[in-house]
Amino acid sequence: MSAPIELKLHHTMDRPDSDNLLDRTAQGVISAPLDRPEGPLKVTGRATYADEDHPDGTVHGVLARASVARGWVVGMNTAEVRAMPGVLDVIRDPRLLRSPAQGQASRAPVQNPAEIFYVGQPVALVVAETLEQARHAALAIRPDYEAREPVATADGQPCETPPAKQATQGDLDAAMTAAAHRIDVTYTTPAMSHAAMEPHAAVASWDGDRLTVRSSNQMLKHNVAELADALGIRPGNVRILSQYVGGGFGGKLGISHEAVAAAIAARRLGRPVSVALHRRTVFEATMRRSETRQRVRLACDADGRLTGVGHEAWVSNLKGERFSEPVTQATPFTYAGENRVIGHHVARVNQTTAGSMRAPGEAVGVPVLECAMDELAEAAGIDPVELRIRNIPSEDPSTGKPFSSNRLEDCLRAGAEAFGWADRRLTGQRREGEWLIGMGMASAVRVNMLETSEATVILLADGTARVETDMTDIGTGSYAILTQIAAEALGLPMDRVTTVLGDSDLPPASGSGGSFGAASAGSAVMLAAQAIRTQLARRLGCDEAELTLKDGAAIAGNRMTPLTEVLAGDVLKGNGLIKPGKTEKTVRQATWGAQFAEVAVSALTGEVRLRRLAATFACGRILNEKTARSQCLGGMAFGIGSALTEEVMNDPRDGHFVNRDMAEYHIPANLDVPEMTVTFLPDRDPHANPMQAKGIGELACCGTAGAIMNAIHNATGIRVRDFPATVDKLLDRLP
Amino acid sequence: MRAFAYARAATPSDAIGADGRLIAGGTNLLDLMKLEIETPDRLIDVNHIGLDEIAPDGDGNGDGLRIGAMVRNADLAADDRVRRDWPLLSRALLAGASGQIRNRATTGGNLMQRTRCPYFYDLAAACNKRDPGTGCDALAGRNRNHAILGASDHCIATYPGDMAVALAALDAVVEIEGAAGTRRVPVAAFHRLPGDTPQRDTVLEPGELIRAVTLPAPTGGRQVYRKVRDRRSYAFALVSVAADVTVADGAITRAALALGGVAHRPWRDPDADALLVGRAPDGAAFAAVADAILRGARGHGDNDFKIPLARRTLIAALAEATGTDVRTAA
Repeated sequence: MSAPIELKLHHTMDRPDSDNLLDRTAQGVISAPLDRPEGPLKVTGRATYADEDHPDGTVHGVLARASVARGWVVGMNTAEVRAMPGVLDVIRDPRLLRSPAQGQASRAPVQNPAEIFYVGQPVALVVAETLEQARHAALAIRPDYEAREPVATADGQPCETPPAKQATQGDLDAAMTAAAHRIDVTYTTPAMSHAAMEPHAAVASWDGDRLTVRSSNQMLKHNVAELADALGIRPGNVRILSQYVGGGFGGKLGISHEAVAAAIAARRLGRPVSVALHRRTVFEATMRRSETRQRVRLACDADGRLTGVGHEAWVSNLKGERFSEPVTQATPFTYAGENRVIGHHVARVNQTTAGSMRAPGEAVGVPVLECAMDELAEAAGIDPVELRIRNIPSEDPSTGKPFSSNRLEDCLRAGAEAFGWADRRLTGQRREGEWLIGMGMASAVRVNMLETSEATVILLADGTARVETDMTDIGTGSYAILTQIAAEALGLPMDRVTTVLGDSDLPPASGSGGSFGAASAGSAVMLAAQAIRTQLARRLGCDEAELTLKDGAAIAGNRMTPLTEVLAGDVLKGNGLIKPGKTEKTVRQATWGAQFAEVAVSALTGEVRLRRLAATFACGRILNEKTARSQCLGGMAFGIGSALTEEVMNDPRDGHFVNRDMAEYHIPANLDVPEMTVTFLPDRDPHANPMQAKGIGELACCGTAGAIMNAIHNATGIRVRDFPATVDKLLDRLP
Repeated sequence: MRAFAYARAATPSDAIGADGRLIAGGTNLLDLMKLEIETPDRLIDVNHIGLDEIAPDGDGNGDGLRIGAMVRNADLAADDRVRRDWPLLSRALLAGASGQIRNRATTGGNLMQRTRCPYFYDLAAACNKRDPGTGCDALAGRNRNHAILGASDHCIATYPGDMAVALAALDAVVEIEGAAGTRRVPVAAFHRLPGDTPQRDTVLEPGELIRAVTLPAPTGGRQVYRKVRDRRSYAFALVSVAADVTVADGAITRAALALGGVAHRPWRDPDADALLVGRAPDGAAFAAVADAILRGARGHGDNDFKIPLARRTLIAALAEATGTDVRTAA
């Protein structure tokens, strides 16, 4: 094979896109509801996840946990445990982690497990020949503690109030006083857990100074930097492989205990080491979403026009963690109102590290804002959909910047029509036997982001192409959409494009997170393919814009030439790089939606039965209607969990995670998830990226819980202000 | 998991009096062993001893049913006779666990299911059931799924299963064989209250084997299983109610109620059930029996709501069993 001829196409989003390549290509695979290319591998068990690929001689490490919430480990029965059957090593290395890395940290998280910050914090790694031996030995670890009184819960604790996270505009107090209608309510949402299907796992092996870790991670370029920093080695000596990831939801953004522990152990033992976290360890020692307390104040005039919006949040995290749940992220721009207050307060507690979980901020902030809007609609006697439409601002009311696109009204109108919102009755007016029936709705809003991402596309002499980037597919459909983008741009059938992901030796992508993965990694792939288009055009003596590529042939100037002929034995390589630029600052970018729910609530027991859920979204170009829809269905199921079933329970004495298994931490089961419909409005956002596509997966869980809570109120007249709406919250107020 | 010895029993008599813990479906015991909450030195596998038949039972007419201890939950729930004559049992079984677990779990093993108290499951916590004499961290801890009836200061754990709640309402009997012979214990008396020995869940003695569960002939009543939980499947009951109620000529002639999720055993109160006899099925009658059953109920904080929930679930189940339109349980 001759050396590839490479062209780079690097693009910074300083201006809105005017080329709109994917609307002028001809292959017709973009947006199509195509199956995932790797689907058959996954459903037949042939897709190898992190802990399914053990090099010869792999041994097993299990983390031993702290059973106190705060203090120091001053001794440990390591000699005794080392003597147990099969045990190879007991490792208490100061490089072991206290907490996993936060998303995009790119440096080591807090290390040294000798100081204890929460119950369940790993204190040592026990390595043995078999998993069973290692588990048994890890349970036999008995640390000696110098314990301190923990801060078990955030209740009543003093808070940090970071100045940069507070904002005031106008005079909200005066607006509240002068308002025709006002709402001043406090809601709470519980801590939640990502509960991805695949528990965190890492298999580490060394070849000289070069470390390879098979892991379950979302953002490989950051993960390499984090792991290298944690170990004190050069990033160039670290390779991470995450070809398949069984769900992340933010819980695998940064490196976690298992990767560091496995790497240290493998180095010491000179053998590959697997550290697969027990489900309990995933719950108590990786990440959680913070619990929140939220005060919302809304003031409006007699016509329902907002004059004031206040949203203050109280969250928690460990001492020293910079992340705090950005609860009010969408509040500054969702609705109009000239008098505004945003507040943010953080309590320091001895609990599992709080970090990003699907739609950090909006997932809990939007539902509460939307419940408050429902309360205001009721107070003002205005239909909830109408109240929202009346308050859609013409520009970002907090900054004065224009929206790149604001489709909220379109979503509300289309969604209401599709759902049959007109049939909604006033509160408590519909009953079927034992069941009280109600409808509720909420807007869905989520910020839209773009991250730096690089990809290479190689067009081989035989007319097939390969996409290479270290992007991950965490179940979202990255393999499908990146293949589609390259196939569309190069005019190739899907089966002539192979996409290789999840290897940190490949060009660094954005990684999966913040719903920016598809837009960022996808744009890089599109640019790389466009670089190849440019090369092909040169060979054909035409402009790239005059070139049509379809079914493996190039059409230019009324002449069709097979690609193999154009290539004439050459290999063309395109390197694409996308970077966020001025459009990130000059306009307010967001994705929009409207969610509608119908519930039945037992008048006798308070059981809530969600009957149907319908959502309409506008989030730019849809890259694959099937995987996009699946993302939304999953996001909506996530929202059902936060409305009805999910809650981390912490012990009031030491803050430990009590319900740390899948039987007791209640993600929704199939029966909790009713018929759901998803509608995408045709949409393009030229400010977002050259594909004019936007984030999807997180938007779908923003608002869902609000719609469900509002439906419960419409059915029963009961406002549940403490999520989730389990029976105990309804019992004493049932009719 | 600790290393253990394993032996396979070929016949019931191999299992009776054997030195070791019996393992059938293993759906609970294996989990507990992995967590080292249970640490048996020796397991006796009873999966090959037979006892897996469902057969007619009863003196003379054979209107009852004899369920072998090794009949899997999934098979029992799907049995035509069970579905026709004891639908309560089928529904309770299907309300529990998941399809995969029901395929493995057995009738005898399910009766031996241990509590889901999170402190029982936490080796770092004080738990008199797991480690007698250490105390009970659930008393002042998170006790949402704990007992409101029949608890003690030593233990407020609940029996978590569904099948036994239905069996208790249906007056089923456990047939137990030991070295001294066979004895028959009503399901309602098979599980113990915790008292000061919460480490003992049931009256089964070491060396004994559950051979079967027998059901008396169906009563002709309408059978209902109402399970209230934090999600709609794969969750343990906050409160469940098994009801078998007969109405004739506008009056209740017989009622048998059992509650799950509220005590260390399926909770039966025949004296309270009797309050329904002779009364017209209406909200007032249902409330009266619910109040009687819950007379001694006591909450421990998180689970206080279970008292009104149990009352309301009883009323809902009775309304459903009698076809009564009850508008409110306030």
